[in-house]
Amino acid sequence: MAGTVIFESVATLSALLATRKISAVELLREFAARADAVDGRVKAFNSRDDAEGLRLAAESDARRAAGRERGPLDGLPVAFKDVIAVEGQPLTCSSRMLANFVSPYDATVTAKLRAAGAIPWGRLNLDEFAMGSSTENSAFAPTANPWDLRCVPGGSSGGSAAAVAAGEAPWALGSDTGGSIRQPAAFCGIVGLKPTYGLVSRYGLAAFASSLDQIGSLARTVEDAAVLLGAIAGHDERDSTSFRAEVPDYRAELRRRKGPWRLGVPREFFGAGLDPEIEAAVRAAIEFYRRAGCEIREVALPLASEYAIAVYYLIATAEASSNLARYDGIRYGHRAAGATDAIDIYARSRAEGFGEEVKRRIILGTHVLSSGYYDAYYLRAQKVRTLIRDEFRKIFTACDALLSPTTPTPAFPLGAKVADPLAMYLNDIYTIGVNLAGLPGISVPCGFTAAGLPIGLQVIGRPFGEADLLAIAAAYEQAHDWHRRHPELP
Amino acid sequence: MNSTPDFDINYVANLARLALTPAEKERFARQLGEILHYVDKLKQVDVSGVEPTAHASPVFNVWQADEPRPGLPVDAALRNAPAGRDHQVVVPKVVE
Amino acid sequence: MNYEAVIGLEVHVQLRTRSKMFTRVAAGYGEPPNTLTDPVVLALPGALPVMNKAALDQIIKAGLMLGCAIAPVCKWDRKNYFYPDSPKNYQISQYDQPICRGGAVEIELPGPARNVMGEHKRIPLTRIHLEEDVGKLTHGAVDSLVDYNRAGTPLMEIVSEPALHSAEEAFAFLTSLRMTLQQGGVSDCDMEKGQLRCDANVSIRPVGETRLGTKVELKNLNSISFVRDGIAHEIRRQIAVVAGGGTVVQETRQYDGEAGTSTAMRSKEMAHDYRYFPDPDLMPVQVDEAWQAAIRATVPELPFDRQRRLMEQFQLPYTITAVLVPDPALAAFFEATAALGGKPQAIGNWIANDLLRELAGARLALAESAIRPAHIAALVRLADAGVISSTGAREVFAAMFKTGEMPEVVVERLGLRQSTDTEELERWVTDAVAANPKAVAEFKSGNEKALNAVKGAVMKAAKGKANPKLVDEAVRRLLG
Ligand SMILES: [Mg+2]
Ligand SMILES: [Zn+2]
Repeated sequence: MAGTVIFESVATLSALLATRKISAVELLREFAARADAVDGRVKAFNSRDDAEGLRLAAESDARRAAGRERGPLDGLPVAFKDVIAVEGQPLTCSSRMLANFVSPYDATVTAKLRAAGAIPWGRLNLDEFAMGSSTENSAFAPTANPWDLRCVPGGSSGGSAAAVAAGEAPWALGSDTGGSIRQPAAFCGIVGLKPTYGLVSRYGLAAFASSLDQIGSLARTVEDAAVLLGAIAGHDERDSTSFRAEVPDYRAELRRRKGPWRLGVPREFFGAGLDPEIEAAVRAAIEFYRRAGCEIREVALPLASEYAIAVYYLIATAEASSNLARYDGIRYGHRAAGATDAIDIYARSRAEGFGEEVKRRIILGTHVLSSGYYDAYYLRAQKVRTLIRDEFRKIFTACDALLSPTTPTPAFPLGAKVADPLAMYLNDIYTIGVNLAGLPGISVPCGFTAAGLPIGLQVIGRPFGEADLLAIAAAYEQAHDWHRRHPELP
Repeated sequence: MNSTPDFDINYVANLARLALTPAEKERFARQLGEILHYVDKLKQVDVSGVEPTAHASPVFNVWQADEPRPGLPVDAALRNAPAGRDHQVVVPKVVE
Repeated sequence: MNYEAVIGLEVHVQLRTRSKMFTRVAAGYGEPPNTLTDPVVLALPGALPVMNKAALDQIIKAGLMLGCAIAPVCKWDRKNYFYPDSPKNYQISQYDQPICRGGAVEIELPGPARNVMGEHKRIPLTRIHLEEDVGKLTHGAVDSLVDYNRAGTPLMEIVSEPALHSAEEAFAFLTSLRMTLQQGGVSDCDMEKGQLRCDANVSIRPVGETRLGTKVELKNLNSISFVRDGIAHEIRRQIAVVAGGGTVVQETRQYDGEAGTSTAMRSKEMAHDYRYFPDPDLMPVQVDEAWQAAIRATVPELPFDRQRRLMEQFQLPYTITAVLVPDPALAAFFEATAALGGKPQAIGNWIANDLLRELAGARLALAESAIRPAHIAALVRLADAGVISSTGAREVFAAMFKTGEMPEVVVERLGLRQSTDTEELERWVTDAVAANPKAVAEFKSGNEKALNAVKGAVMKAAKGKANPKLVDEAVRRLLG
């Protein structure tokens, strides 16, 4: 059945494994063969350890043969954004700094997936240390958008989105600090889920901005995203910011919950700068919900829409400047040759190890924390963040979720924005507020531009309201077939 | 003209331990000048009496009991070290 | 002109816990290099900190012992600076919300004589906060080696007000602080092992001046006597500078205890901009009344309070209490013995002098001593009742120390019981009087001393078993 399974949903693949129609080893070979065929052009993977993957797949097949399979995920490969630790595998963060780093430990999500029988397989490209919106900031190579190889896949989880879209992996883990799962999912025509801050452990996720980072799923369908979330969510005593929340059976919930829902539409998210094709597609999606009996109400997010990006770039860079201080070429990572003293070794190792965008953000973050500027920048930003969080809170007293575009534009050509950081930052305008408020958000495919580029609908939910969020997204997905389209790779 | 009035690229680069080239200094100073100008809009927001957000959902006293767990074997701990000797990490001479 | 020194101390003390401050790998000293690490200690990508509850208990206990106010809420901040012994290149510490504020350390200055209690003072504290220790650097000729075993050990920083005015006061401060923290079980405070480290801010000013002079930070004062010597040296140095018409420059100096000299440190000179900000990886701490009460219940009596009580309750001389109090086990041994009855002063003497001497001679710890409180209480009672002589008592003590027998047993075994048989005594006395007519005559003619010859003869006949008091009475009775 070669070539046929690679675009199947994980739900289907799981059933094929359960009914012995395919073995875990055969399944992994399918995806490895697809990656061999297309990744030279897509460049989604930083590395793959097929031997280790096949070893784990064989173990899974043996468990199943013995009737000891660990559940629906047993034998399914999961590809990892190259910022999440897998013991014995590279952890490069797509940075020259960590080009040769091999993790001696498993992230909590990795351990959970292993326990469920899933197979951590492949390291996916990203913007260096998750800083970017196009995956062009990778120290290794820019990933291409499978729908148009001349365009970016989005970022920072561009490798994750591209790999799933191109059929090189059934699903993948990514991380989202300001839109880094939802935006590439939208650009690549797949589902991207950013959970509530604190629902998924960050232990083993190389930190970019600690108070904003969350690990989430990139998948073909909302149901698959729900299943992957269920496998990685839950309290972890190794992460002090992980929340003691109940983890429902999301898959069962999204089938059970039928609405109708009260859906808010933020007025400001449909203003200047929004591509007309995207606006049309998203308005059509909103119309679908209205016809489905949902109450649609226009809401206002004056602060989030106006100030979120400014707040984000102060807080995220400040935290990053401190989080990335550990990359100093001492205990691990790139060390400059011929350094004369400790100060010299830091400055040169970091100058050689970090790329342009990372340096730029470290400089900005260092400045906003430095003596005399803290109150004016960082402290003020944290106060405005409070106001933005309250703004969302108030809306959720009258709404079950918010609907908006995921991005203002479709995937843009490689190189289009590299020279203009601010323009690149503005790309996250609809996604960043969600991180500042710690809310869950999901992007689902809701159409294509005339040029054939995917469009994403963003649904924003209540804190820890993933069950409703997924049900709302699934209601739209099941009434449309956007997710059944796949890129024709030349 | 390596810095905008309230942005000293040399001071910050030293704090951040980044050896920047003159070209990088010029470029960053300009780009970050623009970004700082952009974020200045936050001054418009009245934040009097507003508490800063430290955590998305704050909880107190998140700790573990004082029960030791095994750590990393020394070879695993040092496996990624660029330079080592006698089970220790080697660094250029530190001047005190 | 006369100058006054103004000294403030910053004392770092490792807390006694089993695991580290923000991860559960074991804390320890003297292990092979880099065997006490994990992803958090090494600051590997993705590692996250989680608080150690016991470390919080320990610092709250220290705060309560020193009379600090415990903050109802405190948080964690990152102190950002690059140094090879600091894996994250930031230290998790407490910047503007320390867990303890205020409080004081009671100190005792040297008295006019060894056996006279010196002046007591209370040195006010500014704050105590919790943080994490760094790794250990070993400097070689061409490079340096880093061992991260110590990195992440719970560390409390105790900051005094600039309220000390001499090297002696600083010495007394550390002596008292160490005694207090050790007795509270908060830390072992072994300076050899770096469990207690002290930096001093020293400045001088003309007597009468109220403004502070330029302060110099003294580092590397790694023994209590180095603290005293280093500060004394720095005070002399500053006075010499000023007297020579110069001015003291603000700097960090390193004191070399062996050479007795100090030199300016290079790396620490760089003006620091630590960019403190709240650590987003850690949640704040809330200390409620119940928690404080639970800790307060474990706080022992403070050393100087105990000393005052022993002097009042048992009328013990200062010198004895000065021996007992620094060792809680020894003081407890005394109180246990005194509780069994007997003259407290005598008990104190036996313990503080004889017992300690014998233990030291035999290289034994108090816990290993064959002599327990019951032995000493019984011994004191026997001597008191005149059953044994003072020489006899010493023999009994020596025997008890070796065998652990009770004094009564030893007295019988060695036949040390003083005779109380009156006929026998009368006989010895009559014989002695008869045998010493000359002394008897002199006594009768008013020479008191002459009686000693007669008593001596009696004791000789009794082979020391006669009770001197009874002998005296009997002789006088016969000659009366
Ligand atoms: Mg360091
Ligand atoms: Zn400190």
